[in-house]
Amino acid sequence: MSEQNPALELRHVNKSFGPVHANKDISLSVNRSSIHGIVGENGAGKSTLMSIVYGFYQADSGEILINGVPCQIDNPQSSIEAGIGMVHQHFMLVDTFTVLENIILGIEGGACLSKGLAAAREELIRLEKEYSLEVNVDAIVGDLPVGLRQRVEILKALYREAEILILDEPTGVLTPQEADHLFRILDTLRKQGKTVILITHKLREIMAITDNVSVMRRGEMVAHAKTSETTRDALAEMMVGRSVLLRVAKSPAKPGETLLSLRDLTYVDADNVPRLKKIDLDLKAGEILGIAGVSGNGQSELLEILGGMRTPTSGSIRYKGRELVGSKAFSARNLRKIGIGHVPEDRHRAGLVLSFSANECTILGYHDNPEYNRGLRLDRDAMVRNCETYIEKYDIRPPDAYLLASDFSGGNQQKLVLAREMEQSPDVLLVGQPTRGVDIGAIEFIHKQLIQMRDAGKAILVVSVEIDEVMSIADRIAVMFDGEIVGEVSAEEATETRLGLMMAGVRESTTPEMA
Amino acid sequence: MAEGKARFGTPLKIPGWVNYALVPLVNLFAALLISGIVILIVGDNPLKALEVLLYGAFGYPEAIGYTLYYTTNFIFTGLAVAIAFHCGLFNIGAEGQAALGGIGTAIVCLYLDWLPSWAIIPIAMIAAALFGAAWAYIPAYLQAKRGSHIVITTIMFNFIAASVLTYLLVEVLINPAGQSPESRPFIEATWLPFFHDFLSMPETPLNISFLYALVLSGGFYFFVWHTRWGYEIRVVGQNETAARYAGISPSRNIILAMMISGALAGFVGINEIQGVQQRLIIDFTNEYGFVGIAVALMGRNHPVGIFLAALLFGALYQGGSELAFEMKTINKEMVIVIQGLIILFSGALEHMFRPRIEAAYRRVATWRTVEAG
Repeated sequence: MSEQNPALELRHVNKSFGPVHANKDISLSVNRSSIHGIVGENGAGKSTLMSIVYGFYQADSGEILINGVPCQIDNPQSSIEAGIGMVHQHFMLVDTFTVLENIILGIEGGACLSKGLAAAREELIRLEKEYSLEVNVDAIVGDLPVGLRQRVEILKALYREAEILILDEPTGVLTPQEADHLFRILDTLRKQGKTVILITHKLREIMAITDNVSVMRRGEMVAHAKTSETTRDALAEMMVGRSVLLRVAKSPAKPGETLLSLRDLTYVDADNVPRLKKIDLDLKAGEILGIAGVSGNGQSELLEILGGMRTPTSGSIRYKGRELVGSKAFSARNLRKIGIGHVPEDRHRAGLVLSFSANECTILGYHDNPEYNRGLRLDRDAMVRNCETYIEKYDIRPPDAYLLASDFSGGNQQKLVLAREMEQSPDVLLVGQPTRGVDIGAIEFIHKQLIQMRDAGKAILVVSVEIDEVMSIADRIAVMFDGEIVGEVSAEEATETRLGLMMAGVRESTTPEMA
Repeated sequence: MAEGKARFGTPLKIPGWVNYALVPLVNLFAALLISGIVILIVGDNPLKALEVLLYGAFGYPEAIGYTLYYTTNFIFTGLAVAIAFHCGLFNIGAEGQAALGGIGTAIVCLYLDWLPSWAIIPIAMIAAALFGAAWAYIPAYLQAKRGSHIVITTIMFNFIAASVLTYLLVEVLINPAGQSPESRPFIEATWLPFFHDFLSMPETPLNISFLYALVLSGGFYFFVWHTRWGYEIRVVGQNETAARYAGISPSRNIILAMMISGALAGFVGINEIQGVQQRLIIDFTNEYGFVGIAVALMGRNHPVGIFLAALLFGALYQGGSELAFEMKTINKEMVIVIQGLIILFSGALEHMFRPRIEAAYRRVATWRTVEAG
C-alpha cells in the first residue's frame, strides 16, 4: 500500500435505471486524510453514486479501487468490510434504543447481550475521546436532539472501523450552530487520518470545510477542483450549467400602510410550555420582513398561528385594522379568503399531499373557491387548466399536471406550493423556509418571485433559518430567540455577526454588560 | 434522447392495467394454485373442483341469480370499508352497521306498512342508511374527539350490534305466533321486486337492490373524486397536517366518512331483510361486513375494482356451497379455507408479487424503448 494511492478511486462508473442514465462514466479520486465535497443539484446523481460505493446498487460498468486495490462491492456488508461508513440523510437509528444498543445493532457479538455491550461501551468511550464526539452512551436516541443523533451515526461508522466516511446532506436537518459543530468533528476526523466524503448542495459548506470538490450535473462529473482555487460563483455556475445570481438584485422597499400588526401575542402549548412570549410585530405593504433565528425558537408556532392552524393563548392580531383573534375569520380557511396566503415551512408535511397529482395539489386550501366548483361537482378541467398555467409561469418540471406531487423534485414541489399561494394574489403572504431543500436554480427564481410580489405592494413575512437568505431578500429583519423578538434591524444595518449574536439571545441594549 | 433527458431522474410510470388487472389476477391465480394443492392433499381433483365451482357460480341462470345476490351485499360492504379507507380509517364495524341497517328497515316495514309501496320502499332505504350511519357515528365521534382507536371501537360495536339484534328479536319484535327469534313476516306491499318478477328467469333472491348497488357505485366514484367533500375526505386520509393547513377539519371529515360508511353498510339490510327474508331474522349479516374489508382491499378502494372483487366473492359464496354439496371430500370448512386463501393473497399479501411484476414490466418496457430507438 503506497502512500500516494488515493483512499478511494472510481473509474468509469456507469449506472442506469431503466431509460434513466443516472451516472455516466464517472471517475473520481479521493485523497487520504482529506475532506472531499461532491456538489450538484437535487437529482444530479450524487446519491446514486454514493449508493454504488456503499453497495446499495451495483454499477453497470466501471471499477472501484480502495487504497489502490480493485474492490468488488456487492452489498453494504462488503463495503463496511472495505472500511467504508455511511451517514445517511435520514438516520438509520432505533429511537427507543439507547445509543449503545444502536451502535452494536447487527454486530452484537453473540446471543447474550451483556458481554458485547460491556466491550462496546469501553471501545465507544475510547472513540468518543479520540474524536471528541461526546454523547452519553446510555441516552435513549429518541430523546437526543438531531445534532447528537447524527453523532451517533458517525460513531456507528467509526465503531465499524470505517476509514472512509460518506455523509449524505448532513446539514439538511441541522441548525447553523450544529452544522458548525459537525464541521469541527469532520476536521478532527481528517486530522486523525480518516477520509471524509461530503455530499451536499450547499456551497457555503463546501467552501468552509472541504479540501477538494467535484461537481456533478445531470449524471455526469463536470469538474474537479481544489477548493482553495475555486469560488462559490464558479461552482454554482458549474452545478447549474449557466451563471446564477446568488444574491438577488432589488430596489429599496417602499413600505405602505401597516397590514398586519401583532401585539403581545403569546402562545402556550399543550404541555404548558410557553412558545411565544408577547410578540410585537408590524408588517407593512410593499416590504419583506424576515424572521431569523435558530429553528425551534418559536418561528414555526408564529407562522402556524398567523396561518390559522393554531389559536394564540392571548394577545392581538390586527389585519387591516380588524381584530382577528376571537373573530370568525380566524381559521385557516377564512384567513385565505380575506387575503392571507401561507407557504408552510414543511411542504411534505403540510403544503402538499404527496400522493395527489399536481393538479389536485393546486386547489389545496382553495377547493371551496367558486372557480373550482360547478354546483356539486369539482371542476376538474379548471383544476388542470390552472395547474398548467402555474407550471408554465413558474417553470415547473416535468410539465405534467397529472404527475404525482411526490414525483417532483424538492425545488419543483416548492414552486408548486408557491404558485398556488401567490396566484391567489393575497395581500399578505406568509412564507416559511422558502428554499429549504431547493436547488440553486430554483432558489434564484423563488427569491425573484417574492421580490416581484413585494414590488406589487404586497406584504411578505419570510421565516428562514438560513441567515444568508434572510439577509439577501428581507428589507427588515427581526430575530427570534426563545419565543421572543430579541431585536430588529434594517437590511442595510444587518451583518452576520450582529444577527448571529441576536440569534444566540444577546439583546443589543445589553451587549456591553455581556462581555 | 430528447425524451430521455426530459425524464431524467423520474421513475417509469406503471400503467393502470398492470396495477389494477395484472397484479390482482396473479394474486388470484396464486391463491387458486395453493387451494388446488390443498384439494389434492385431501384427495380430490382440483381441476374438477374448479369446474364445479365455476359451474356452480355461473353455469346456469339460477346460479347467476344467487351469485349476483351475494355480490350485492359485498358491493355495499366493500364500498363502506372503502370510503372509510379514503379517510385513513379502518372500519371493521361494517358487520354491526349492517345489522343496525336491517333493524332500521325492519322497523319501517313492520310499523309503517300502512303506507303505499312507492313510499315505503324509499323510507325503508333511508331508515337503513340512518340506522347504519348512527351506529357508525359513535365510534367516529370517539375517534375524532377523544382519540379512541376506531379499529377497537368498531370491533366492540359489532358485538353490541349483534346483542341488540338478538335482544330485539327475543324480547320486542318477536313474532307472537312463532317460537324462533324472528319478527312476523312483512306484508307484500313492502317487498322489493325480485328480478324474476320482471325477467324470465328462475326464482332467485336477486332483487332490485343489486341495481341500487350499481347506482351507488357510480355515486361513490363521483363523490370521492369529483366533489369538494370527497376531496376533503381524501386529504384528511392522506395527510392530516396538510388538511389542517388547508382549513379542512379532520374531525368533521372523520365523522362524515364514517357515517357514509355506516349508511352504505346498512344497505345490506335492504337486500337481506326487505329484499330476501321479508322479516327480521338473527345473524342475517353472515360475515358480509368482514368480507367487505377484503373486497375493498382487493378492489383497491375503487368502485370498479370493488364490483369485480364483490363478484369474485359472490361467486365463491355461491359456487362454494355448490362445491360442498357436489364433492364428498370438500365440506363447508374446506370452502372457507379457499376463501381464506384468496383473502390472504389478495389482501394481506398484496405486496408479495407487486414489486416483482413492476420490475418485470420496467425491464420489458425499457427493452422495448431500446428496440424502438
